[in-house]
Amino acid sequence: MAVGLPRQTLAQRLDAIARDSAPAALTLVLVLLSCLPSLVPGQPGLIPSAAPAAVFFWTLYRPKLMAPVAVFALGLLSDLLSGAPLGVNTLLLLLLHGAVLTQRRVLVRQSFLIVWIAFTLLATALLTLGWLLRALLAFTLLPPLPALVELGLVVALYPAFSWMFVRVERSLAAT
Amino acid sequence: MIRLSVPLRQAIARLVLPLLIAASFGLMLLGKADTVIAERARTALADLIVPVYDVLSRPIGAVHDAVDAIRGLVALHTENARLREENARLRRWHDVAMALEAENLALRAVLNAPAEPTPGFLTARVVADTGTVYARSVLLSTGPRHQVRKGQVALDQNGLVGRVSEVGTRSARILLVTDINSRIPVEIERTRARAILAGTNGPAPRLQHMTDQQPPVPGDRVVTSAQAGAFPAGLPVGTVRAGQGGVLEVELAADLNRLAFVRLHDFGLTGILPPEQVARPEAPPRRRQSP
Repeated sequence: MAVGLPRQTLAQRLDAIARDSAPAALTLVLVLLSCLPSLVPGQPGLIPSAAPAAVFFWTLYRPKLMAPVAVFALGLLSDLLSGAPLGVNTLLLLLLHGAVLTQRRVLVRQSFLIVWIAFTLLATALLTLGWLLRALLAFTLLPPLPALVELGLVVALYPAFSWMFVRVERSLAAT
Repeated sequence: MIRLSVPLRQAIARLVLPLLIAASFGLMLLGKADTVIAERARTALADLIVPVYDVLSRPIGAVHDAVDAIRGLVALHTENARLREENARLRRWHDVAMALEAENLALRAVLNAPAEPTPGFLTARVVADTGTVYARSVLLSTGPRHQVRKGQVALDQNGLVGRVSEVGTRSARILLVTDINSRIPVEIERTRARAILAGTNGPAPRLQHMTDQQPPVPGDRVVTSAQAGAFPAGLPVGTVRAGQGGVLEVELAADLNRLAFVRLHDFGLTGILPPEQVARPEAPPRRRQSP
């Protein structure tokens, strides 16, 4: 038994749960929002999911708050939502999570630019793998151009997501 | 809570990631081997989140309406002139159509040919655009007691949009004609040449497997063909245009980027279903009736 530590009240425990699940919940909301009929009418499917940026950011800076199970659940949600073959997004996000975990100690001390470049490299590798897997699962050669556009958008939008996550991260740290 | 020793807990924590990665591969195989389970899971999720989207998409619709209203106010004068001119043109067409209808009825009476039945339809709201780079579909909010069935044809005000591919208790998914898995029998209206409209995930689907030697020229109208018993003949699809590298594409009449409502037509046809839906007998109702 822990001696000297006061028992947490229910409110405190709820507070801790809310704080621990904030990153995953925020990502969930972002993934759901990306499916809304867009305010700016344009090519559908060109609003990339926020999931890669979120998994990368939170695994890098708060790995405890982005557990593998949460990553798996987020991937499964985006697979089910899009009606695409199951398992592809879960695998890609878990691989991203694992890759960041191995390089965490080096990356966490780097400047934003280096982190962004690392994200670009990882995203390129993973989206290429995803393209190959989907082509394999569909037994056809998929057009490469939309995948390249998606990669460009995922990389280009990372600073915006990162800016938002930094705000959330600071508010989590402050409490 | 079960207390575990620290090394054991660490070992378990280290195992979670490889196990979940293995589970992802398992999911891929499962999704390939048993499409019914994947479809059920998708439908269950869609039923769960469609009410949320239903609420969230309303303000966006309001913003769209407001933007349209402001744009309409700005262009009121020119729009009015254009509509007057169009109205005069349409009135002439109306006279032609009335005359043709009368002639048609008279000819039918002479030939004793039955008139084609007018199909019923229902309208549903598009609440989520679940399109990604790899799949094109939209989610409909249908309300709890709906009559939507798999395989129904969806049209917007201008033309063909897609087919209902999954039906839940309060939601339905439409596989758009631009999806890479979509194959639709069509014909060129002018030459009656048949072809298959194949989605590419891009904005304009392609024409494949043309039956006729006479190739369609850009500008020809494309309509659905009753070839496989999957679609009624003559629904507007779009116009032919030459794409990159001389590939014949179809510019869709429907505006898939701004779908707000779709009409779901039930033509009572039970022809081929999309490839992922292997024809099976209709499943018994999931909810058991209370005795």
